[in-house]
Amino acid sequence: MDDKIQQFRYGLKDGVPIGLGYLAVSFTFGIMAKKAGISTLAAVVMSLTNLTSAGQFAALGVIQSGAPFVEMAAVQFIINLRYCLMSCSLSQKLDRAMPFFHRFLISYGVTDEVFGVSACREGVLSPFYAYGLICVAVPGWTLGTLLGAVSGDLLPARLLSALGVALYGMFLAIVIPPARGSRILAGVVAVSMAASFLFSIAPVLSGISSGFKVILLTVLIAGAAAFFFPVGEEQKGGKG
Amino acid sequence: MGRPVYLYILVMAGVTYLIRMLPLTLIKKEIRNTYVKSFLYYVPYVTLSVMIFPAILMATDSVWSGAAALAAAAFLAYRGKSLFQVSTAACAVVFILEWVLDLI
Repeated sequence: MDDKIQQFRYGLKDGVPIGLGYLAVSFTFGIMAKKAGISTLAAVVMSLTNLTSAGQFAALGVIQSGAPFVEMAAVQFIINLRYCLMSCSLSQKLDRAMPFFHRFLISYGVTDEVFGVSACREGVLSPFYAYGLICVAVPGWTLGTLLGAVSGDLLPARLLSALGVALYGMFLAIVIPPARGSRILAGVVAVSMAASFLFSIAPVLSGISSGFKVILLTVLIAGAAAFFFPVGEEQKGGKG
Repeated sequence: MGRPVYLYILVMAGVTYLIRMLPLTLIKKEIRNTYVKSFLYYVPYVTLSVMIFPAILMATDSVWSGAAALAAAAFLAYRGKSLFQVSTAACAVVFILEWVLDLI
């Protein structure tokens, strides 16, 4: 019992940077939703039920154009398919003896950030740790949307700009420490960043949506790394 | 806008939840295949790295403040600082640098 509370607390603590970063990003989303003619309530409901950045931004265009629901489903499927890879990865971090209903609850909160923090945690992932993260991330995302929609100029532009890097700072804090202890992981990180950069400047490639870019590069690079550097039992935890 | 907004929201929320939920509920066993295991082990590192760069350079008002945030965060992460410390330091660097750039 104490362990559950402890895990939940760790989650809350690690969730703070996620919540702050979300606040900044969803603030922008709130402003744009309002511009797209969507009511404040609808924007907040969308953030609360979807909890996804790229998908929601893309949805604004779909709603504005009055496209068929099938098109909305297809757009979300492609942009958010990366969550499928993340959930596959997370499925291996969970305790097999854990009550099954936890899986349905954790699923709600599989975002890039919650996944990143959870997946790189040592050992088995406690659902309560994930709930801690979610309990900070969701209010950040929803509240930011509300503030952005209600008052676009509530936060000074410079503060928003600064908060914009919170999520990236957190990502770096996740990938760099294990890469320090492993040349393979360091290589994987470097190659991934270089490839991502190439995709953002090269003709044709730069036309690929960000969600699909993540899927494509993840399958290619993680696939190649797994082929050339298979991970043995003893190497888990980034010390290979 | 012809169709009700809330139906759009329902559709997108449904699709997104299923994408997240199906793998977590369908894959109950531990995967034994070394290749698949290794692949899933590398997934978060690749995914996060792809999302960091070059997006961090575009996240702020100026490329330079984004680059400075990247350098500061990478340095602190290398030194083993916590998620919160690295993240807030990156924000602080951007805030201060953009303030200084405005003065010049």
